Amino acid sequence: MSGGDVQSGAGALRSSAGPMQEDAAHRAALRARGAAFVQRSLVRLAAVLTLAILLSIIAYIAVMGLPHISGDLFSFSYNSMNLSLMPALINTLLMTVLSLAIALPLGLGAAIFLVEYTGRSNRFVQIVRLMAETLTGIPSIVYGLFGLLFFVTALGWHLSLLSGALTLAIMILPVILRTAEEALKAVPDAYREGSFSLGAGRLRTVLKVLLPAAIPGILAGVILSIGRIFGESAALIFTAGTVAELPESLFDSTRTLSVHMYVLASEGLHIDKAYATAVVLLVIVFAINMLSAFVASRLTKGGGEGAGHA
Amino acid sequence: MNTKKEIEMPEALTLLELPQTLTGEERSLISISKLNLFYDQVQALHNVNMEIYPRRITALIGPSGCGKSTLIKSINRMNDLVADCRIQGSILLDGEDIYARGMDVNLLRKRVGMVFQKPNPFPMSVYDNIAFGPRTHGVKKKAELDALVERALYDAALLDELKDGLRRSALALSGGQQQRLCIARALAVEPEVLLMDEPTSALDPISTARIEELALALKERYTIVIVTHNMQQALRISDQTAFFLLGELVEYNHTLQIFSEPEDPRTDDYVKGRFG
Repeated sequence: MSGGDVQSGAGALRSSAGPMQEDAAHRAALRARGAAFVQRSLVRLAAVLTLAILLSIIAYIAVMGLPHISGDLFSFSYNSMNLSLMPALINTLLMTVLSLAIALPLGLGAAIFLVEYTGRSNRFVQIVRLMAETLTGIPSIVYGLFGLLFFVTALGWHLSLLSGALTLAIMILPVILRTAEEALKAVPDAYREGSFSLGAGRLRTVLKVLLPAAIPGILAGVILSIGRIFGESAALIFTAGTVAELPESLFDSTRTLSVHMYVLASEGLHIDKAYATAVVLLVIVFAINMLSAFVASRLTKGGGEGAGHA
Repeated sequence: MNTKKEIEMPEALTLLELPQTLTGEERSLISISKLNLFYDQVQALHNVNMEIYPRRITALIGPSGCGKSTLIKSINRMNDLVADCRIQGSILLDGEDIYARGMDVNLLRKRVGMVFQKPNPFPMSVYDNIAFGPRTHGVKKKAELDALVERALYDAALLDELKDGLRRSALALSGGQQQRLCIARALAVEPEVLLMDEPTSALDPISTARIEELALALKERYTIVIVTHNMQQALRISDQTAFFLLGELVEYNHTLQIFSEPEDPRTDDYVKGRFG
């Protein structure tokens, strides 16, 4: 079919002004329709393939993991018999909250400074942006090694929750900075003008008008960051260690779910439990995404609805 | 309600009935003298001298890029936000130089409110939009805020339409309602002057007529400066009209004078639609 297409294409070109014009136009129309069909099919194929790959991964994990989910997988202390994921799960949440608590104020503050307090084409801003972009692309093991050398060794915090959380905070900082920056830049200047024209200062404008309007974009960055924290293993093995217990202080070593899975899988004895853990991890990530989508939609409704109607 | 009164047709007036505002018998509220304004290297305003009188509507007309918007943005110092904007000369508000060192810009903007070309309500409820200004200037008591919001809505002729929808998102209102909400928002901080930068250019004719009625009602208490592209609008609502061309104030006089017997031939050409 494609060979015929090429021939008729050449024919149409040659006879564009001749007596075969009508015929050529007809063929051109056919050819256009054919091309559209091919394009549409390709796009659909890509979509179906993508979906199929994703679904098959999820299905595979579910099939391998679901039968091995049992009650003692969720018991509060880990031993080599129950292989409980509960300490790792709690550690993961702790690690997430801690990293975000460090990186979010920093990243958001920096973004506010870059967008609202400096000129748009400021040289300093461009340098910061370039560095943030570079940092986003660095493999996580590099952050892990940095954390090992700096937090674990130089500061003497050992393999610990704090070392891990700070390492992760540095890792997600550029992500939060860039997304918050884009979110603030997307807020229409008309809001700034409106606020300033009412006599509001810059800080009030940022806090009361711009940040609320930018929340969906900022949340997107937070979700991305949570994804990175949940998925991180390499950087944490070097900084937070692999102890499968609940930490008693910030300076205790902990393992997150990803690290837990890595250890189970690399020991090779409990692959089935690693899959069961993976199912739980998937469910949690899914839940977090749903929750943040819900929060974002609530926060973007203009703050007005529902509050005083009843 | 006094906002519902008919728009007075200027044709019905005669020159004899005009207020004697440009003859120096009345004290001006805003006094602009020798104002030169530059954006980087480009001079946007050339030696503008102008007196603006209290409780009147002063219209600024002229073709695009003639500097009329630039001028009103100088009166509440919104031009401060534009990088590379330099200003020479002085603008006195009630005798006080607004560009003087130590002038509190936020306080100035409380005294000189502004309504923009496109309605720009914040993405919050109607109530929070109007309460934003008073809250900014320290009003905290709920009862006081409630009263201010209601008063502002009444003044902007929105109370009947919105009194049951104060918690609705302002973005759900129609364009005309949004613009009147912006006027209410500006009035809620109790300004002395209201600057309107082409407030009806994004609105349909009916909404435009309502804004014009509103402006006429508001001039009883406020000094209004309005930039407009629409010469009919200037003729319908303003007491004085200033014609700008290429950053220069060409002519400033009673509105009827400007539209019937302008002194400068360029004004004549413009108001008769020969260019612009």
